[in-house]
Amino acid sequence: MMLEVNHLSIEFHDHQLPETVVNDFSLKMNEGDIVGLVGESGSGKSMTALAIAGLLSRRDMEKKGEILMDGVNLLTCPREALRKLQGDKIGVIFQEPMTSLNPVYRIGWQVEESLRIHRPQMSKEERKQRALEVLAAVELSDVERVYRAYPHQLSGGMRQRVMIAAAMVCRPKLLIADEPTTALDVTIQAQIVKLLQKINREEKTAILFISHDLSLVRKLCHRVVVMQKGDIVEDADIEAVFNHPREEYTKKLIAAIPKCEKKKTAGT
Amino acid sequence: MKKKKNYNLILGCILTGLVVVFVLVGLVYTPYDPEAMDSSLRLAGVSLAHPMGCDNFGRDILSRVIKGSGTTLFVALGTVAIGTVAGTLIGALTGYFGGIADEILMRIIDALFAFPSILLALVFVSLFGSGKYNVMLALGIAFIPSFARIVRSEFIRCKNMDYVKLARLAGAGHLRVMFVHILPNTLSVLVSAVMIGFNNAVLAEAGMSYLGIGVQPPDASLGRMLSEAQTYLFSAPGCALFPGIVIIIMVLGFSLLGEGLKKTA
Repeated sequence: MMLEVNHLSIEFHDHQLPETVVNDFSLKMNEGDIVGLVGESGSGKSMTALAIAGLLSRRDMEKKGEILMDGVNLLTCPREALRKLQGDKIGVIFQEPMTSLNPVYRIGWQVEESLRIHRPQMSKEERKQRALEVLAAVELSDVERVYRAYPHQLSGGMRQRVMIAAAMVCRPKLLIADEPTTALDVTIQAQIVKLLQKINREEKTAILFISHDLSLVRKLCHRVVVMQKGDIVEDADIEAVFNHPREEYTKKLIAAIPKCEKKKTAGT
Repeated sequence: MKKKKNYNLILGCILTGLVVVFVLVGLVYTPYDPEAMDSSLRLAGVSLAHPMGCDNFGRDILSRVIKGSGTTLFVALGTVAIGTVAGTLIGALTGYFGGIADEILMRIIDALFAFPSILLALVFVSLFGSGKYNVMLALGIAFIPSFARIVRSEFIRCKNMDYVKLARLAGAGHLRVMFVHILPNTLSVLVSAVMIGFNNAVLAEAGMSYLGIGVQPPDASLGRMLSEAQTYLFSAPGCALFPGIVIIIMVLGFSLLGEGLKKTA
């Protein structure tokens, strides 16, 4: 088992009353799995993702349970060990491509950042080689130009591809995608989903795909976990959930997918 | 789209460039020895031999203004350097980490801020003696709070940006995140703060020398020249006028440069 989350609970203590945002969350992922994590805003899906990525501050909140990545517990391991995993074994992409790139550095520099940290033995040319390779792999054209560009010179869709490239540069085993398509328009969304599928196929990268868009999840994921108010309400194979949703909440989410139906016009 | 010309930047560059050239020339050449006295030339007016006239000891004012601007600029440079480096370090640490250390350091900074900087420098100089380097150190310490606050607020703004989170998720350590990922994003604000700080330092040095606790004679500095000239303000206005003009050009140049840079950023 590559990733194993057992009975994870996250409780905030920075207000007067402790607040539970994730309650008894368990998840198992193997290499090559694509798991969807769905739920409405505030259901705790992003907090779960941040916890797995190891970004939650160790102050202000209490975390119970364990998150095992290749047997290492991310919640209790020393910071150094956590940092070794971040960027190298775990890659993350965020929702907002406009703010996810540092405005003062060139794209190439940012894509290479994980290499500089985790592969210090690589030479400058090797790093550039790898960066161009991964930029081409996310289907950006004219990679030399993108490599030298600044973030403000790229469109939203291109930036999101750059983000994926930056996350994939060290060939992580797990890619956490926190609503990666929410800020993009529909045609770009479909392209990004295809791209994630391709990465999953070619690199055997497991993907934890967080979204509130069930139709995208259905296209991409093998399995789906539905969250509501910090609890898991459903965890099953994707088609099982869609065909036989057990929980009322899941049914509501499925009913909320906008459907395209041919309008019956007069005369037909 | 036609780009609007940034007149602030152009004018600021010209004025600052003028002062810098003036000072650099002074390092290798002055028309006369700025400390040589000649009693026959006491308070001499403007002439071809002495374009700015002579002061009460018969020293050539042009030569002294050249040397004096060098001293003033040097002190201002040192002051701003101390203030910026220390202020940036404190601001970065407190802004990035927050928590109890932030509270304690910022309250100390607040206390330092509440002190008028001239008064702080006065106390410092009376404890450690006057002279160029002590003035620099005293003013530098007095300048730390303003830089620390600016950098702190910028760090607080930047530390929750997605690209900073992603840098941490790429495995970057705290120091790398602070100084490689965040600091360059604060530069636009920091640069204009440095320019304003430069102005304040020029004025503060002039003020301290005017009070007699700054640069000591026979070293020339613009403030010192002003204070020596005030007795002869009516008999020989050039003694005060020319150093005053140079101070104005210096301060104006840096202000415009700061404004101009802010606009380009």
